[in-house]
Amino acid sequence: MNVFKDAGHLFRLAAVFVAGLLIFLVIRGFLVPKSFGQLGHYRANAVAEIAARPIKFAGHENCEGCHADVLDKKKNGKHAGVNCEACHGPQAQHVDDPTSVKPAKLDTAVLCARCHEANAAKPRNFPQVDTEEHSTGLPCDTCHQPHSPVIVAGGAK
Amino acid sequence: MNITRRHLLLLLPAAGVAWKYVLAGTPEAAPNYKLSEHWWGMLIDLPKCIGCGNCVRACQAENDVPDGYFRTWVERYHVSDYDIENPQVDSPEGGKKGFPPAKDGKGKNFFVPKLCNHCAESPCTQVCPVGATFVSQDGVVLVDPKYCLGCRYCVQACPYGCRFINPRTNTAEKCTLCYHRITKGLTTACCENCPTGARQLADLRNPADPIHEFLKTHSVHVLKPSMATRAKVYYNELDGSVR
Amino acid sequence: MPGVDGFMYPNEIELQWSVLIVLYPFLTGLVAGAFILASLERVFQVEAVKPTYRLALLTALSFLLVAPLPLQLHLGHPERSYEMYLTPHRTSAMAMFGFVYLWYLMAVLLLEIWLDYRRQIVLLSQSSRGWKRAIYSVMTLGSTNISERALAIDEKAGWLITVIGIPSAFLLHGYVGFIFGSIKANPWWSTPLMPVVFIFSAMVSGIALVMLLYMLISWARRQVIDMKCVDTVARYLFYIFVIDFSLEMLDLIHRIYEADESFRSLDFMVHSKLYLSHIVVQIALGTIAPIALLGLTQVAKLSDIARKRIYAAAGCLTLMGIFAMRWNVVIGGQLFSKSFLGYTTYKMGLVAREGLLMAILLTILPFAILWVLVKVLPPWPEASSGSIPDAEPAR
Repeated sequence: MNVFKDAGHLFRLAAVFVAGLLIFLVIRGFLVPKSFGQLGHYRANAVAEIAARPIKFAGHENCEGCHADVLDKKKNGKHAGVNCEACHGPQAQHVDDPTSVKPAKLDTAVLCARCHEANAAKPRNFPQVDTEEHSTGLPCDTCHQPHSPVIVAGGAK
Repeated sequence: MNITRRHLLLLLPAAGVAWKYVLAGTPEAAPNYKLSEHWWGMLIDLPKCIGCGNCVRACQAENDVPDGYFRTWVERYHVSDYDIENPQVDSPEGGKKGFPPAKDGKGKNFFVPKLCNHCAESPCTQVCPVGATFVSQDGVVLVDPKYCLGCRYCVQACPYGCRFINPRTNTAEKCTLCYHRITKGLTTACCENCPTGARQLADLRNPADPIHEFLKTHSVHVLKPSMATRAKVYYNELDGSVR
Repeated sequence: MPGVDGFMYPNEIELQWSVLIVLYPFLTGLVAGAFILASLERVFQVEAVKPTYRLALLTALSFLLVAPLPLQLHLGHPERSYEMYLTPHRTSAMAMFGFVYLWYLMAVLLLEIWLDYRRQIVLLSQSSRGWKRAIYSVMTLGSTNISERALAIDEKAGWLITVIGIPSAFLLHGYVGFIFGSIKANPWWSTPLMPVVFIFSAMVSGIALVMLLYMLISWARRQVIDMKCVDTVARYLFYIFVIDFSLEMLDLIHRIYEADESFRSLDFMVHSKLYLSHIVVQIALGTIAPIALLGLTQVAKLSDIARKRIYAAAGCLTLMGIFAMRWNVVIGGQLFSKSFLGYTTYKMGLVAREGLLMAILLTILPFAILWVLVKVLPPWPEASSGSIPDAEPAR
């Protein structure tokens, strides 16, 4: 038919488009990650990958297994609710290999001030001091036992 | 109780084996974790926050957060009298090194820790063009760093400013609610290290979780409720001045 | 904190979207606008603008080819950008980009250009030699049928493509407006007017560009400028500009009147950080001045030379103003804190991947491409040969 003869170039063009589309679909089949879409519009494997990231803080339950003596001192004092790593830093490696990985010694002059330096924005009833006046630069553990910090009358720790 | 050497000999290997599983971090090693049994959120008890910045430091240590970027941060508010629409707010280095002493003791001062709210209707996952960020079935908004293009659309879409682009990976990043910890029965790094218990992880789908009782007995808010994001970080006694 | 006034959430201090993201809507806006001008002639039978028809299409193509570049340069992982084709997230306006772009490039622009030029391409494939012949032969797709019938079919097909092309052009640029307009987190962006304002300002910029190019190229080729054509183009520019200005004023007045929680912060930002780019460049110089100039040519009887000068001035001011509008939307939307308590500063690099030099380069590149296209597919009949083959298909 004449129409087809005169529109031949359009048919060629359509063929180019269809070919392009088919190539795209084939390539897409190869490139989309296999786990994509299993749980939602994302790569399902990503969930497991994120869950498999390394852990740095052991969590206080893992300290208490070996250091129950400290727990005894702590559990009746004012720092009962303060977890070990809040002061001692991440210790997962230490729990994994207690003999070769040792936690660093802490500088109480710096450490304690983070919580206990007086600040108008802290709750009124939270124990806070102006460290300059209070201890004139001496490290806090000169007088306070960090695991049970309240000083009983008579100076006993 | 005195730990005798015998106790140690028994406890240490057991702890060691259990710990190897936790450190290895393989999903098979946490076989009892079922996504559909959890719906994670967090409770922030503002009267307890002392602005020590432990949470910010702990998060950075746990998650290798680059300097200058924050998966969580603490803001300090100063509200003078009735002008609650104009608080003075500061967050020096996100509160990582605590806060300098407040000069003005008058008016109302308090701290507000912030993090990703893990919104159930999250606007950030809505705009991701490829599906690199998503809400997991247990309610945690996560980013797939292998798929993210770094287009930054999600960063623009977050009403709370909790997202950033990690300059090392050039992908979007934010608080993951320590997903690698909570799926193994641990709590998040920020909650673990908060000395006053101001931050507490909450599993809303667990009927025994203390948050249910807390929500019933306290005045609790979320940030920017008008955004209707169904945020799951609940703030106890959130002041009206908080932005 | 250096560069920060007041309080910003810690992660907000650094801007996310740079000058390249300002450039992208500017470029696609020119594409859409140039195409709309071409469609005036093709679909709406505005004969007077015919001399600009092919130039408008080639201009649109040049800018469309460059448009993805600022996006690629901005991405953290450009090598992953193909993911938008593999797994587009249906709730994301940005995911549309790949498909809308490809549709517009292949099914609208290239097709329309090919259909309009086909007769010329076939003739050139027969008359030229060497590698030029190879290029033209490929472009013919192997068909050399330029009979009356075939050309009539081309004509009908071209008309249909243009009709589809108009909403496609709106989609190509309108979705960019929606990308901003749909972000509820950002009150400077979030408005249903955003896609509409983007489209109308795109039309303004595209028409102004083609008008300027036509005048410039005619002057370079020492051809007489068809004043009826330019007058008509300028008139359409004027009408659409008035609509664009009205829409922007509507947004502004609405904001001022409602004065919601973001208003004070945004108002202060416009009067301080954005004063130069918004009040001076965008509104005064970039909108009011060209509208006044164009309006003058509509009411006063001016000489050809005066009108040409006014059109040139108005055209340049328009392009500057529309660029400023994109700047104010994109950069302005990131200068204020979502806490409404502070502001930051945009530190634009110079020789960086997303710096000023790159933006300038990307703005010049489409003109270089246009120069090549004009050589390969001349929009006007060659004046050199004796018998001038009429480039217009039979109607």
